[in-house]
Amino acid sequence: MPWTRRHLLTLEELSLDEIDQIHTTAAAFKRTLKRSVKKVPALRGKTIVNLFLEPSTRTRMAFDMAAKRLSADVISLDGSKSSTTKGESLRDTGETIQALQADMIVLRHSAPGSPLYLSKLLNIPVINAGDGAHEHPTQGLLDTFTMRERLGSLKGRKVVILGDILFSRVARSNLHALRKLGANVTVVGPSTLVPEHFKAFGATVSHDLRSALADAEVVMLLRIQHERQSKGMFPSIGEYTSLFGLNNTRASWLDPNAIIMHPGPINRGVEIDSDLADGSRSVILDQVTNGIAVRMAVLYLCSGGQPESVTVNS
Amino acid sequence: MPSLWIKNARVIDPASKRDAVGDLFVKNGKIVDSLSATDRKRAKVIDATGLVACPGLVDVHVHFREPGQTHKETIKTGTHAAAAGGFTTVVCMPNTSPPASSTGTIQYIKDVIKRDAVVNVYPTGCITVDMKGEALAPIGSLKKAGVVAITDDGDCVQSNELMRRACEYAKMFDLPLMDHCQDHSMTVGAVMNEGEVSARLGLQGWPNAAEDLIVARNIILSTYTGAHIHMQHISSKNAVELIRRAKARKIKVSAEAMPHHMALTDESLATYDTHFKMNPPLRTEEDRQALIEGVKDGTIDIVATDHAPHTNYEKDMEFDYAPNGIIGLETALPVTLGVLVREAKMKLPRVIDLMTRLPAKLFNLPAGTLATDAAADICLFDPKEKWTYDARAGFSKSANSPWDGETLTGRIKTTIVNGRVVFNGKRIV
Repeated sequence: MPWTRRHLLTLEELSLDEIDQIHTTAAAFKRTLKRSVKKVPALRGKTIVNLFLEPSTRTRMAFDMAAKRLSADVISLDGSKSSTTKGESLRDTGETIQALQADMIVLRHSAPGSPLYLSKLLNIPVINAGDGAHEHPTQGLLDTFTMRERLGSLKGRKVVILGDILFSRVARSNLHALRKLGANVTVVGPSTLVPEHFKAFGATVSHDLRSALADAEVVMLLRIQHERQSKGMFPSIGEYTSLFGLNNTRASWLDPNAIIMHPGPINRGVEIDSDLADGSRSVILDQVTNGIAVRMAVLYLCSGGQPESVTVNS
Repeated sequence: MPSLWIKNARVIDPASKRDAVGDLFVKNGKIVDSLSATDRKRAKVIDATGLVACPGLVDVHVHFREPGQTHKETIKTGTHAAAAGGFTTVVCMPNTSPPASSTGTIQYIKDVIKRDAVVNVYPTGCITVDMKGEALAPIGSLKKAGVVAITDDGDCVQSNELMRRACEYAKMFDLPLMDHCQDHSMTVGAVMNEGEVSARLGLQGWPNAAEDLIVARNIILSTYTGAHIHMQHISSKNAVELIRRAKARKIKVSAEAMPHHMALTDESLATYDTHFKMNPPLRTEEDRQALIEGVKDGTIDIVATDHAPHTNYEKDMEFDYAPNGIIGLETALPVTLGVLVREAKMKLPRVIDLMTRLPAKLFNLPAGTLATDAAADICLFDPKEKWTYDARAGFSKSANSPWDGETLTGRIKTTIVNGRVVFNGKRIV
């Protein structure tokens, strides 16, 4: 099947075949990252605008890096400096960027659904770099890419996502992708942050860490945001850590070959003990590197590239 | 003003239990039993073969945005939309700029109504000063100025103590309170129903428990004070049940349901279309069914629209930022017929009752009947005609409707106010 999608808005709407195509393309691009000259000419002459209307460090750097590796010209705008702070609407900002002859927009926005909204207004591709608590498709793609790299097929594998599921776009994108890849997913954490509604994603909802972690082959931690505490979602960071923080004892409940993942940024000593984050089972930095390859694949495919031609270009 | 001779209509007047094919006569702006031979010769004849003639519809929940937000709607355009939807009497909400919490604002609204309105419009006043929920508005003076109810509209009074005093005070004037039932502490940042769909879309949820809490609060306060509290736009299954039990205990509460809550669910939000964003939000199929059941058994007294115009550019935004509300006057009848008659198999006269006599009775409005000597407010509609609704071509100043482009069944053909044709099926006359 050739790649036909122009926008990447959600993983909910991707087929298994499309996820496979992105992963295959990412694997090819990953090989180019190890060369001394890392650039490929795939998007030479194209301009990509990173429109980040919400703070971001690693996602923005990874998109920047990915676009540059593909030889695209990159313009990055962040919310605090753009005219959106003067009250310009997303429609007007988007249409202006399109009129400036940009070839693609990578959008990070706090409002769920805003990439879909923008994609309906514009003729150029829109890539979702995180929309509120909705989705973060490239994160889900790089996470599952990393899991497949380490574990091979994910069919029937037990994957646990631990932490603030309710407000997490990372959790949602992973849930959609993992379901398509055939994994058995458990979401676990305090009942206020892991509501029963998540059963609708095909996941097991749990508030018992021991049974959730038992024999899991992947545990993905999510950052606990301090501001949730003030909203009464849990009593204190200390209580969270004592009940749900990942430490050595709890890590021993996992499958002996399990990998530990985190999309970052990490709160060391809160959701994960520092030495576990740095330990041999941690793939946290692999996720970051894979983030470049996966985003190269997404930018390339949504610009009209085809998976099989990657090796020619590289 | 010529007399009217409406010929061969299916005349449905729930107030007089009339439902028969026949003629309807109007003289000097009033319903009469018959016309003299001379009058008949001079009368304007309307052939209503195949049409239903019923009392002009009554909507006790509209937002006409005047004064202060006339880019969205005015009393003129709002009443045009009402007439096009078969409504001859409407009650407008006080969330204008400034809010209708002073007699001066009420007088202004009444002046504009007198100048511009093509249907009967009655104002409501605020419960608290500027709807801030802090101090009682001059409720007695507002009553004197002509309000038919008091309400803080979308800014539901959060203080139970203040609401209690408002109930006691308003009861002194026999003034009903209308309440938008929402516990604000549970709905901070909420933009849609809380449930599986909000979990999937990553949108902040508005749990139905936040509605149920205030419904229960109002039942308790009505029991305690004896005031009439009308629960606006009920959307939650549990709220329907709470009201059902309160009514069994003869507590003086009433409730309304909106066509959109009866016809649509939160599944409609899958594409983040802001034309499905309103407050209270569209809820689940279970809630929708409970609402219909509540209407059927009389728990929910009436149907109203919550006609809430917003401009295209205000609605054309990220879902989180778009304002709540949809217009509803021009689609209310066909959508309600679709849900209650065709889907829920209610009898047409009973459904017309929900939109005419019953709302008028709840708020003591002189409307909702075709009885002899009543003001000749009449709606003629074709219950079978299929038509495609084009919101931009409609009569409201705004076009924020979830039914834009949809084919609807049931169409208003003529609207008559005080014996004068104000809408002829094509335009306002």
